Amino acid sequence: MALPVYASPLQRVWHYVFFILCTAIFIYLLVPIFVIMPLSFNSEPYFSYPMEGYSLRWYEEFFTSDQWLLGLKNSIIIGVFATLLATTLGTLAALGLNRADFRGKPVVMAVLISPIVIPIVITAAGMFYFYASIGLSSTIPGLVLAHATLGVPFVVITVSATLVGFDHNLVRAGSSLGANQTRVFFKITLPIILPGVVSGALFAFITSWDELVVAIFLAGAEQHTLPRRMWSGIRELLSPTITAVATMLILFSILLMVTMELLRRRTERLRGIRN
Amino acid sequence: MTATAESTESEFLSGNNTLKSRLRRAERMRKLWALALIAPMFIFLVIGFIIPIISLLKLSVEDLEVGEALPRTVEAFREWDGEGFPPPEALEIFAEELVISDENKSLGSATRRLNYAFSGFKSMLKKTGREAEEKLVGLPPDQILDGFIAIDKDWGNPEYWLAIKDAVGPLSDFYFLWAVDRQRDEEGNIIQRPEDQSIYIDVLLRTLEISIAVTALCFLLGLPIAYLLATLPPSKSNLLLILVLLPFWTSLLVRTTAWIVLLQNQGLINDMGILLGFWDEPLELIRNRIGVYIAMVHIQLPFMILPIYAVMKGINPWHMRAAESLGAHRWLAFFKVYLPQCLPGIGAGILLCFILSLGYYITPALVGGPQDQMISFWIVENMGRVLNWGLAAALSVILLGITLIFFFIYNRFVGFDKLRMG
Repeated sequence: MALPVYASPLQRVWHYVFFILCTAIFIYLLVPIFVIMPLSFNSEPYFSYPMEGYSLRWYEEFFTSDQWLLGLKNSIIIGVFATLLATTLGTLAALGLNRADFRGKPVVMAVLISPIVIPIVITAAGMFYFYASIGLSSTIPGLVLAHATLGVPFVVITVSATLVGFDHNLVRAGSSLGANQTRVFFKITLPIILPGVVSGALFAFITSWDELVVAIFLAGAEQHTLPRRMWSGIRELLSPTITAVATMLILFSILLMVTMELLRRRTERLRGIRN
Repeated sequence: MTATAESTESEFLSGNNTLKSRLRRAERMRKLWALALIAPMFIFLVIGFIIPIISLLKLSVEDLEVGEALPRTVEAFREWDGEGFPPPEALEIFAEELVISDENKSLGSATRRLNYAFSGFKSMLKKTGREAEEKLVGLPPDQILDGFIAIDKDWGNPEYWLAIKDAVGPLSDFYFLWAVDRQRDEEGNIIQRPEDQSIYIDVLLRTLEISIAVTALCFLLGLPIAYLLATLPPSKSNLLLILVLLPFWTSLLVRTTAWIVLLQNQGLINDMGILLGFWDEPLELIRNRIGVYIAMVHIQLPFMILPIYAVMKGINPWHMRAAESLGAHRWLAFFKVYLPQCLPGIGAGILLCFILSLGYYITPALVGGPQDQMISFWIVENMGRVLNWGLAAALSVILLGITLIFFFIYNRFVGFDKLRMG
């Protein structure tokens, strides 16, 4: 994008216009995230700058509120179990899909990606109706199952991507040396695809962690997750505690993003792929 | 060749132990293993996801409430040809069942369903149910209709009786017609619903309008960013890519919350604007369409940038230089040489952005006004507060249908295996 020395004046002008335009769009992308974080340290219950003083009172309010802590606890429990379920089922399925072509494969793929494609409100309404009829609505297991179905496709897609470059001769080598299927899986296959499995698991976790619409439908007051609690908070009275929660969630997202990036680099390095 | 080797070879070639059949068996085993690995996920998704959605969508064509509360009445009304008033035998059965259901308090959902046809039907049915035992049971056949009219004069209007006949089920287009602001008149013709109930065509058009506008805005803002990322040296573009991915990884609710904080009357943008003297009074930036566009475009932008960037990265920069050295103006070279090569990415970005916009609920609900709510909002509304599940299901079928049409186009031209989130 560097401007060549022979650029005409018009080209120079356009170059700077383009530069300013792009800067403006980046500001638009980042401002909401970076504005809300300092506000969470405001000592006054307002949402504007300049701030009168700094304090941790909104964080204190979060960590002393039973409702918020219940939401945090529920989010962690539901997220962990949904991730375990989605990762197990998704990894096995990705291995199966990678092993063989069979006649029903398009049907399996269609079912697999439907949770990504179908609008979330329809999914949530369907689960609300169906889970109520089998006694799973307003229960933690119900939310775990619902969030796991939403996370499975991401696990399959991520693990499948890792399996694309998988050398099946390694499995054959293991078998020919006398290891049984299970041993080959745990000693050879799993260590190689592990970064993909972990990325898939992180995807599944963040899907559950950020999920709101299904929680609106399926969670009773006792099952409120963090986003569900935030939703009530925003609709009732926008308290600065919300900005503290938002800040913590943004930091958590950054942490997950960095982890994913490191995993991706590790996979590339292991496979010797270099840009 | 020795004798042992010969006999082994003949063993291979004869009977059920040939190399070919062993290979086939091994192949079959592999397939079975693959299926066994896929099966748990498949069954899990079918039970936990596909069946719930189908069972919801089924509600859009079912009309069972009245039949469940008044099973014999429904049978009798099916026999009636719809001319004038129902025959006295049907009315007798109706009166008897009203008495029973008044005792069991089992009329609830049936009255709600009939109230959709005529508001006021609910109270009329409840009243009739309460008084049926005393005033209707035992009346001679020629007086029973008058008995009904004596309880409530609206029973003298054949349209109420036709509304019951319309609701006998088990299948009905009632909810689908409602979802497109239509209903049936006495002769069964499809007519416009009353003005105050006709909102769903507007909602549908608004959903499409918002999705198209958001997609167009994302394209206008996303194209320069994708171009910048693709043409900068990798060290710089990787850094900027992280700036695109950061909002992408931040939850939708958090970003929407941030926009509420920024856009409200005492929010940062209004404060800054007034402080710097751009405007004097706080601008209305929230609870209206402007707020919806600002927040939705912000959330959807990465979905546009990432696919376009992925394609642009693979375009050889020498093509542009070649075109320019052959005398094309920069802009001509951009439009004739560069942009056509980006089309797969642009198509993918536009389709993905549009498909995802169609289903928005949270963001318009929080930053939009009553006139900015999309079809998802009305599905939630009918599912939750109004408890009109049939209508919610019909609206879901319409939303799902539109989404799937565009998804098939996406799949045809892009392929769903490219559906990587990040």
